[in-house]
Amino acid sequence: MTSGSIRRSFTAAATLAAALFGSAASADPSPYQLNMQPGGSTWSHVPYELNNWSFGVCVVIGVLVFGAMFIAMFRFRKSRGAVAEKWSHNTKLEIVWTTIPVIILITLAYFATGGITSWADTTGSQMTVKVTGYQWKWRYDYVDYLGKPISKVGFMSKLDTQSDQTRQLGSGMDPYAVKSGNENTYLLDVDKPLIVPVDTKIRFVITGADVIHSWWVPALGWKLDAIPGIVNAAWTNIKEPGIYRGQCAELCGQDHGFMPIVVVAKSKPDFAKWLADEQAKANPPAAAPAPAAASTAAAPKTAQTAPVADKPSTAKQG
Amino acid sequence: MSHAATHDHHDDHHGAPKSFFQRWCMSTNHKDIGTLYLVFALTMFFIGGSFAMVIRAELFKPGLQLVQPYFFNQMTTLHALVMIFGAIMPAFVGLGNWMIPLMVGAPDMALPRMNNLSFWIMPFAFVLLLSTLFLPGGGPAGGWTMYPPLSLQSSSLAYVVFAVHLMGISSIMGAINIIATILNMRAPGMDLLKMPVFVWSWLITAFLLIAVMPVLAGAVTMLLTDKYFGTNFFNPGGGGDPVLYQHIFWFFGHPEVYIMILPAFGIISEVIPTFARKPIFGYKAMVFAIASIAFLSFIVWAHHMFAVGLPMGAEIFFMYATMLIAVPTGVKVFNWVSTMWGGSMTFETPMLFAIAFVILFTIGGFSGLMLALVPADFQYHDTYFVVAHFHYVLVTGALFAIISATYYWLPKWCGHMYSEFWGKMHFWNSVIWVNVLFFPQHFLGLAGMPRRIPDYNVAFANFNMISSIGGFLFGASQLIFLGVLIHAIWFSKNKATDRVWEGAKGLEWTVPSPAPFHTFDVPPVIRDEDLAHGHVND
Repeated sequence: MTSGSIRRSFTAAATLAAALFGSAASADPSPYQLNMQPGGSTWSHVPYELNNWSFGVCVVIGVLVFGAMFIAMFRFRKSRGAVAEKWSHNTKLEIVWTTIPVIILITLAYFATGGITSWADTTGSQMTVKVTGYQWKWRYDYVDYLGKPISKVGFMSKLDTQSDQTRQLGSGMDPYAVKSGNENTYLLDVDKPLIVPVDTKIRFVITGADVIHSWWVPALGWKLDAIPGIVNAAWTNIKEPGIYRGQCAELCGQDHGFMPIVVVAKSKPDFAKWLADEQAKANPPAAAPAPAAASTAAAPKTAQTAPVADKPSTAKQG
Repeated sequence: MSHAATHDHHDDHHGAPKSFFQRWCMSTNHKDIGTLYLVFALTMFFIGGSFAMVIRAELFKPGLQLVQPYFFNQMTTLHALVMIFGAIMPAFVGLGNWMIPLMVGAPDMALPRMNNLSFWIMPFAFVLLLSTLFLPGGGPAGGWTMYPPLSLQSSSLAYVVFAVHLMGISSIMGAINIIATILNMRAPGMDLLKMPVFVWSWLITAFLLIAVMPVLAGAVTMLLTDKYFGTNFFNPGGGGDPVLYQHIFWFFGHPEVYIMILPAFGIISEVIPTFARKPIFGYKAMVFAIASIAFLSFIVWAHHMFAVGLPMGAEIFFMYATMLIAVPTGVKVFNWVSTMWGGSMTFETPMLFAIAFVILFTIGGFSGLMLALVPADFQYHDTYFVVAHFHYVLVTGALFAIISATYYWLPKWCGHMYSEFWGKMHFWNSVIWVNVLFFPQHFLGLAGMPRRIPDYNVAFANFNMISSIGGFLFGASQLIFLGVLIHAIWFSKNKATDRVWEGAKGLEWTVPSPAPFHTFDVPPVIRDEDLAHGHVND
């Protein structure tokens, strides 16, 4: 099945859920946010709608089961003179409540399987970005764009200075004061974001240099572990220009909470211009890309170098 | 067999050795060892709880106020290890030790000396584990799952590995003992299909323990040799595979999850019929559901790993297998509700905790179903949604069942009634604050807050503060529990009758309260009407 058919069949529930929980159209988390965000990529509605549907199913079953329980607790109390009955069987009922859940599960599994299939299909991508997790920062290397290889465009991306100073124990600084424009970006901003174009199927190849990390931007609808020795692949296709924020989602040591991810999606012409500038900067006089990791205080850490950094690798399909 | 206890027993009430050391350290008595397990579990529950208080205090508001991130990670890691291996599992073993021989009409556990050893290993294991907090380099900080390569960076790895080995040995011995007791020591006439559901649940759990604890031991031993002996099982630099560890760990880890919930199912299946004064609905279906959940637990492990980049076929298989678990679990919930339907219910503290269990465990089951859907799990995985999920099944699931069992059998253990008023105070405080504590964590996870982080963006501030307030008050509520226990054991003047509860059925209620040091020296004559489930054909 296609992602399109999931979209159609889920539209009603999604609308309902949006009405119930308020619109969560912003890509950033908001105070008192109750539900998952629908995301900003062509695929991100899949987890969102599965979340809403499965939640709805659970609510209905919960109301029925807990409702029956509360009726029982009211009607069959000894203080109301209830006398215990002796039966302990009802084969018909038992068949019914085994069969109905099976049918519900098959339905959910059908939609979820469609979602996995579309997620795992990284073919036909127009751009490749390699993502490498380090303790405690990310590295992005641009591999190719529109069929042309890109050389030497890559950089480290780590927590912005203001967040980093504020988050120190006893800094006395106010997390609410860390802002970028109107939005609070405490622990969700980086010195150098990943720049990507919109309306482009981007393939990410994700790996880790030291320990396992997990690259997660909620607006893209998925997270994928960055594992040393393994190269994972996933794709996204962002619909709107904007800033999409995320965080490392796999415990990776003391500063696990302090390695955010920022993806800036630009229009295709803007991106092409940015890429050309970067290539021009990088290529005639080869620049050193690695910045010093000033903020990462010494953890109990045995030095582990990146064993896989530049080996040819077999990317997995999903 | 019945003479395995070394002392004489001419007087049932005073058969226990007088000296403290003789009685508690050298004990071969299933009741005393059961008590030791339960006291140990309660101690660990408060230690693990104090770690949780540190976590919730640091997360009370954005910014780091109290502890360094590395210490925060030690707290999350030790909180999990202590609660899982120190509180929940020993509490179930303690309940099994106390109740299984009483429920099947056996004079003691089948292997009493091994019973002593399997308990006394535990304090040493936890001294080893907790001592790391006072050593240079601190305690383990890589999460209770100990994923390499991160766990290999920890200087306390060897301590943790040896502690896990000891806990594993203890668990395996305990499991062997329980299986041997149930299969060999039942009184004549106590057929397998007349046993209480609690005994069935422990029989199945014990097989799970024997199957998976050696797998955990293997996994952590490979960590040890990777760190200290130059092997490369999990080190990619030497050709190893970090994902291999996760497969091995979760092949242990998922059955482990059921090890912590199946005995709880058994407890609830004892408590609800007692206070509904009606036999359990669908006894055979209940036993079969436990057995099928146990079987399925071996083929769902990779649902903890949907974000590691498994092949698509594997993700689909593990998703389907995981979703299947909802069927037998649903059967259990429906059967509990049906047991109440048409009953004659009263709501003493054990029943209140059992009812809260059914509702709140089911909520945890619902979020479990949502987590099984792979595309949705790509969002939920490693967020507070998962934290909320497993605390609903482990705190309001396993822990509430243990508390329910404690109130249920406490009069049989100590011979006195606990204070019903304070028991209910404990219940209402626990059930309210535990929801204030964990329900908002669903929202935090859905909004995008990863788990195991010491600090967060201000958007997550409101629900974290609510959750922390719930956490402190839930923690404080457990002091009421401690007070109720101390009162009932040493100060209560309210003598318990032998049957204790009007609707109670089963052999454990045919012996005096408190249960004498030795019971069933002569096998009891089994009369089907004494049993909670004596009718073979049902």
